[in-house]
Amino acid sequence: MKSRISGAKPGVSRPAPIAPEAVRQDHRLVADMVAPGSRVLDLGCEDGALLRLLADTRNVDGRGLELSQKGVNDCVAKGLSVIQGDADTDLDAYPDDAFDYVILSQTLQATRRPKVVLENLLRIGRRAIVSFPNFGHWRVRFDVAFRGRMPVNDKLPYTWFDTPNIHFCTVRDFLELVATIGAKVERGVVVDRSGRLMRESTPWWVWNIWGEQAVFLLRRNGETPS
Amino acid sequence: MASLAATRIDHQRETHTPTSFVVTFPTDQLLRMDSGVALAPLTIAYQTYGQLNAAHSNAVLVCHALTGDQHVANVHPLTGKPGWWDVLVGPGKPIDTDRYFVICSNVVGGCLGTTGPASRGPDGRTYGLDMPIVTIRDMVRAQSMLVDHLGIDSLFCVAGGSMGGMQVLQWAALFPQRVFSAMPIATAARHSSQNIAFHEVGRQAIMADPDWCGGRYIDCETRPEKGLSVARMAAHVTYLSDQALHAKFGRKLQDRAAPTFSFDADFQVESYLRYQGRSFVERFDANSYLYMTRAMDYFDLAADYGGVLAKAFKGTSTRFCVVSFTSDWLFPTSDSRAIVHALNAGGASVSFVEIETDKGHDAFLLDIPDLVATSRGFLDAAGRARGLG
Repeated sequence: MKSRISGAKPGVSRPAPIAPEAVRQDHRLVADMVAPGSRVLDLGCEDGALLRLLADTRNVDGRGLELSQKGVNDCVAKGLSVIQGDADTDLDAYPDDAFDYVILSQTLQATRRPKVVLENLLRIGRRAIVSFPNFGHWRVRFDVAFRGRMPVNDKLPYTWFDTPNIHFCTVRDFLELVATIGAKVERGVVVDRSGRLMRESTPWWVWNIWGEQAVFLLRRNGETPS
Repeated sequence: MASLAATRIDHQRETHTPTSFVVTFPTDQLLRMDSGVALAPLTIAYQTYGQLNAAHSNAVLVCHALTGDQHVANVHPLTGKPGWWDVLVGPGKPIDTDRYFVICSNVVGGCLGTTGPASRGPDGRTYGLDMPIVTIRDMVRAQSMLVDHLGIDSLFCVAGGSMGGMQVLQWAALFPQRVFSAMPIATAARHSSQNIAFHEVGRQAIMADPDWCGGRYIDCETRPEKGLSVARMAAHVTYLSDQALHAKFGRKLQDRAAPTFSFDADFQVESYLRYQGRSFVERFDANSYLYMTRAMDYFDLAADYGGVLAKAFKGTSTRFCVVSFTSDWLFPTSDSRAIVHALNAGGASVSFVEIETDKGHDAFLLDIPDLVATSRGFLDAAGRARGLG
């Protein structure tokens, strides 16, 4: 995802904006949920941008797991502790309570067994932070209901036949899964189509229609609230 | 090619009076070996590069592979070739000799000046097969004596590939407080059955050579050159990949238009392997090859920790960077992944990179941009964490 530069002409290349403008909004929302100085595992850490942000702004001891070898090589060349692996198969090797937070950023919908993955997050970490695109968003509903098409847009760029995203869910679906595995929502933020944060007091069914991206901070049942 | 006699003289010179720093420990500082034997006196030949800083915090120990030696970043005194890890070690390289104090020693059982089967024992006789069997842990214990001798308490990094990587893992397990960061490359926490099998082929080739003389060839003034060169030829194939061999040689003929219908080296690949075998015997001792291969065969780090590799690294504060290569079938990525899983389970800080290349196991010695970038990124970050700037 690239940040927009207002007034940039199509086809004219411009230098990429530097931090903090370059920080992805979902990364910023995740970072805001992490207590400074904690131990963090970022699953699906891509090129390490979030780990870098967390190290720079929250002084975390961060580790990463990334499926693509290119992403891993980029991360390690930047000095980040990242290994190549798959959230669906490689989480069993991690011991219980190894991290304060386990982050799953824009990846849950691409896992084969989201429930098992979510349970693993809260086994390895005392808290989990999960961000995902809300499939209950009105634009998705519109595409399916009125156009009769699977949605393809700037946030969901893949066609149905080549998408890695095999387990889309809505905010409501996600919260139901959280309840099923006995976890607690500590915080949730939802961003609408124009990138505005929706008020926490908003009823969830409004989030489920107007929220395009969701980020939830979960804790285990029995863990003391922070 | 050097004549047999000249080769022998050059080689004996490097065994007894190496072109390196040498430390011989007093006989009360013996090396207690896994076989139960105490080795004394122990001599270690080593090279250093760069300057040790005032805090003694910038030392990097490089561990060499099966047929490597201490000449990691200088012209080799026997072959005249550049150092074996010139691509990673040197001024401005990832293991930067402008910033770090780099140590590389010839391992125990080696043949370039450290006590080994070609050295003379306390009675003045060449050890030959009277040299006790050496293990990876023995090599590491000997290195720790050298590191003590150099006044270094904790190493900034221990790095090495293949058998060198085994030493890196053993260092991290045996002396976790002395290893700030570790780079085990193209290696495994245990030698596989297939690898033991290849080593046995090599050993049998050496021992089948009549010039081996039951291991006493130095006394007999011969050298089992045929056997050692066949061992090297067989091993060399395992360091490459099918793809790389085919790309380099295919079925091309050597200096001829048609097959000769003989057992001459018709194919380029045969000629290449024969050359590899011949040039190897100029710089290596046959008995040493037996000891080195045995040390690797015996390596099984988990076995020392109740069969659970993670226990070898439990609670370690060492930062690890594990590297494997896609076309390495001698130490495949699955071996590295087993190390990574154990490190994760032990709670270690670990990076793991699998580098795409068709160069096979040999890739760890070559100028592979991803290897250079990975090493640099890892060491720079570790250097910042160590306060080396």
